[in-house]
Amino acid sequence: MKFLRMRPGHGEVLLTEGDPDVQEDEERLVEEFRRQLDEGMWAAVPTHAPGSGRRQAVMIHGYDEIPSGADRVIFFPRASGG
Amino acid sequence: MLLTVLALTLVALALALPTLWRELSALRRRRAKLRIRPERRSIADPGKDRRAEARARELLRSCVNDEEWGMYRDLGFIRVRGATPGYSYLIYPNKPVVAYVPETGRLLNEYCVEFPDMSGAITGSRLPGSDDVLAKWMALTGDEHRLIHTANMHLPGRQVDPGRVRRDLWRLAQWERERSSARS
Repeated sequence: MKFLRMRPGHGEVLLTEGDPDVQEDEERLVEEFRRQLDEGMWAAVPTHAPGSGRRQAVMIHGYDEIPSGADRVIFFPRASGG
Repeated sequence: MLLTVLALTLVALALALPTLWRELSALRRRRAKLRIRPERRSIADPGKDRRAEARARELLRSCVNDEEWGMYRDLGFIRVRGATPGYSYLIYPNKPVVAYVPETGRLLNEYCVEFPDMSGAITGSRLPGSDDVLAKWMALTGDEHRLIHTANMHLPGRQVDPGRVRRDLWRLAQWERERSSARS
């Protein structure tokens, strides 16, 4: 699983990656996930809508909410009124 | 004797004054040049934004479906159907999200929303256009309610020209017709 983050002037950057089934990797992923949320990021996983060709995102509020089998989590800055 | 020494010193100073003045001016010019040099070094890489946008487009392409990607590539925006039937949204890069009624084409609101990344504020906080579109797409399809309540709501026409939106809706209808006829 990869953690990507959108950055101004860069596009996405790879924050970290690892196998959630390996304890050492999972600890690193959990730590990075918390750090990103602490920095004010939102997290989402792009998925297929069940039963259709439509795609959608699932907003993730905690590491445990990441759908099993997800290959990436995208972090992006929190929305604010423009 | 003392007066002679004083007089000679004054004469020497008077003779050296033009030379001192020239040296001082040269020193000032050198310092001014040094002050300019760092600015020259900080000229932005002209390809940086283009590379960032290219990366953002690839990420967007990998997240949305073929229809949405084609729409963005050909028309420059993505239409997202709202969770509530009868509502749809047009997502433009770095512009407000426009809500409308798909059946009638009636424009409802503009939702002004940004995704400022303040952690890298030195280099600017604005995402590349395609990242901005993807952020809106993820926020809308993932939690429409939260995004709409976070945004500042305005009547149509505040930032996006309603004439342009109507033209875009017409272009979208044409595009969908061509796409469906190409399939059949």
